[in-house]
Amino acid sequence: MIAPRSLGSRAVFLTLVAVAAALTVLPLVWMLATSLAPPGAAGRGALPLVGVAPTLEHYRTLFTRLDAARAALNSTLVASSVTALSLLLNSLAGYAFARLRFRGRDALFRLLLAGMIIPGQVAMLPLFLLLKAMGLVNTYAGVVVPGMASVFGIVLVRQYVLSIPEALLDAARVDGAGEWRIYWSIVRPLCTPLLATLAVFSFLGAWNDFLWPLIILSDAELYTLPVALANLLGEHVQDAELMMAGAVVTVVPVIVVFLALQRYYIAGILRGGLKG
Amino acid sequence: MTRNARAARAGLLFAAPALLVITTFFFLPVVAGFALSLTDFDIYAIASAHNLRWAGLENYARLSRDPLFWTALRNTLYFVLVGGPLSVLVSLAAALALNVRWLPGRAAFRTVLFLPVVTTLVAVAVGWRYLYHPRIGLIGQMVRAVGLQPIDWLGDPVWAMPAIILLAVWKNFGFNMLIFLAGLQSIPDELYEAAQLDGARAWQQFSHVTVPGLTPVLLLVGLTTLIGYLQLFGEPYVMTGGGPGNATLSLMLYTFREGFRWWNMGYAAAIAFLMFSLLLAITLLARRWRGSDLG
Repeated sequence: MIAPRSLGSRAVFLTLVAVAAALTVLPLVWMLATSLAPPGAAGRGALPLVGVAPTLEHYRTLFTRLDAARAALNSTLVASSVTALSLLLNSLAGYAFARLRFRGRDALFRLLLAGMIIPGQVAMLPLFLLLKAMGLVNTYAGVVVPGMASVFGIVLVRQYVLSIPEALLDAARVDGAGEWRIYWSIVRPLCTPLLATLAVFSFLGAWNDFLWPLIILSDAELYTLPVALANLLGEHVQDAELMMAGAVVTVVPVIVVFLALQRYYIAGILRGGLKG
Repeated sequence: MTRNARAARAGLLFAAPALLVITTFFFLPVVAGFALSLTDFDIYAIASAHNLRWAGLENYARLSRDPLFWTALRNTLYFVLVGGPLSVLVSLAAALALNVRWLPGRAAFRTVLFLPVVTTLVAVAVGWRYLYHPRIGLIGQMVRAVGLQPIDWLGDPVWAMPAIILLAVWKNFGFNMLIFLAGLQSIPDELYEAAQLDGARAWQQFSHVTVPGLTPVLLLVGLTTLIGYLQLFGEPYVMTGGGPGNATLSLMLYTFREGFRWWNMGYAAAIAFLMFSLLLAITLLARRWRGSDLG
């Protein structure tokens, strides 16, 4: 371990880390402060809230005149659907790839793994045309459908299920439990920690996603928060405080989810990131 | 039916929905993307497939003569080759700092440094757009406070890309920081103790124990960062719209514009496919270099 020895150098080191941490949150704090400042306050001094009373005016404007609630609802709906569907589909497939021997299983799995290096953006243009042919352009389903299953999720579930002793599943089979029963009453509950991780990942991923909803949604009524925010920027670029309020409304839910479920999120990164 | 046959049937049924989704909405479009790049698919083809013509390598030939494509490629490589290594270095420094055992509040520091990763890119890009504003922004205000003239970072073709790189580093370093931290913690303490017994100084311990122990993680992190950074889109879309003077136009933004603003989908597919080829080449090169699979 590289550790400075003397008390003095320790104090300097701690200060440096604290300054780095403060600089990291500073942009977020500044955004929050600006969103609470009266119109035009930003630009009068370095800190938008010094010497003025904070106001919720911009948040009121967002939710009354600009229908931010609708965008928040759209985001919640889309992110929850993606999360619920992908949890079900990925865990079923992950279990099958781990413990149910079917024909072509290993070849299929290798194919999935090979596909992991292809970025989704390559598929974007034909995917749009496909969804257009299916009549799903400019619908919630169009946003959700491509995220219903993921190779990443399947791989993680498979890895996790492989750590469940096979004897446990065999015992249930001997007792006459069907495969669905085994999945639902044994495998799924045992996978809870991993499924929690996947849930946080897919919820935050879907909530933060921008490019795909931007492509597939044309109706402002259906916009998710990031798309609505980018759109708002086009009309209210002069309104710094209003824009900051919109950014805060978009970011606060994910920060809350992250802080509440941090343990699962970080476990997921370590599991996915260190597989190499 | 035997138990094995039942399990096999259940396995197929369980895997089928996910496989169907991934095949239909991922593998199929990837293959179709290449085919699309060999056509002249445009707004008339959207109206009616009769207007669709086979174009062979025409789109690729046009790309090679398109100055905007080369600008986008240059900008993207700038972002990847400067922003990528910078990002990895900041992650590494943060991980090394958090790995110091006696540091009080390590868990809290870790959470704070990781926070930007979970934020919504569009929202923080909007925030940073104002942060960079010469009159409104925090940076401009501070520069003015010490009596200097603030720079219009995003309005200046020289500074716009560095400004975007700084946002990207801030937004992303926490992710690799965690990966590095796990890598550091997997280096056995005995190695450090042995090095100390041999009289190794802090710097020698770092270069002879930490660096070799971290090399596999470093390669993985480098590769995933490179791949992620090649897909630069949201930052310039929100902050500069690709400007000023196309100084921040990225390949992804150019693809999006050609494909979904002008509906030149055949042409856009060619850009997307070239991006993909670039990515694949880098991945294969990295694999060969390391001499094993990187997952």
